[in-house]
Amino acid sequence: MNILLHYAVWFALFCFSMAMVFSVIRLLRGPAAQDRILALDTFYINGMLTLLTLGIRSTSQAYFDIALMIALFGFIGSMSLAKFLLRGEVIEP
Amino acid sequence: MTTQDVPLWAALPATLLLIASGLFAFVGSLGLLRLPNFQARMHGPSMGTTMGTGCLLFASMLVASSLARRPVFHELLITLFVVMSSPVTAMMLMHAAVYRDKDRLRDQIDSAPSNRP
Repeated sequence: MNILLHYAVWFALFCFSMAMVFSVIRLLRGPAAQDRILALDTFYINGMLTLLTLGIRSTSQAYFDIALMIALFGFIGSMSLAKFLLRGEVIEP
Repeated sequence: MTTQDVPLWAALPATLLLIASGLFAFVGSLGLLRLPNFQARMHGPSMGTTMGTGCLLFASMLVASSLARRPVFHELLITLFVVMSSPVTAMMLMHAAVYRDKDRLRDQIDSAPSNRP
C-alpha cells in the first residue's frame, strides 16, 4: 500500500514539473506583460506544490515553512507587478 | 520515520488526493499554455491554484496526522492564505489587462467598417 503512496508522489512531482515547464514557456513567449505576470504566478504556485510534495515524501516539517514563505513572497511579487502595470508605480505618494 | 509507516486508511485517500492535485495543476498550466487570448488564459491556472493546493494540503494533513498519531492542522494556514490571495492577484491582473488594452480596443471599434458614419 505504501508503494501506492510512493508512486503517487512521483506522479504528482512529474505533473508539477511539467506544469512549471509550461508556465516557463508562456513566461518566455507571452505576447503582453500581463501574460508574463500570470505565468510567474503559476510558476511560484507550482514550485510551492512541488515543495509540499517533497515534504510528504520525506515527512519533514521544514518544507512546510519554506512553502509558506514562497506563498507569502510570491503573492507580494505578483501583486506589486500587477500594481505597476495598472498605475505606473508600486508605492504611490 | 518514512512513508513506509503510513497506515492504509491514510495512504489510500492521500494517494487519490495526490493524483487529483497533480492532474489539476497539469491541466491548469496546459490551459495557460494553449488558450488563445489573455482573458481565456486567466481561467486555467486558477483551477490549478485552488483545487491543486487544496487537494495536496489535505493529503499532507492526512499523512502528517497519521504519522504523528494526533491531528495536525497547520497546513490549513497555506490553504487559507492561497485562497485569500489568489483572487486578489487575479482581479488586479484583469484590471491591469483591461486598462492596458483600452486604447487598442477603442481603435479597433473606431476603425471597424460597420461603425463608420
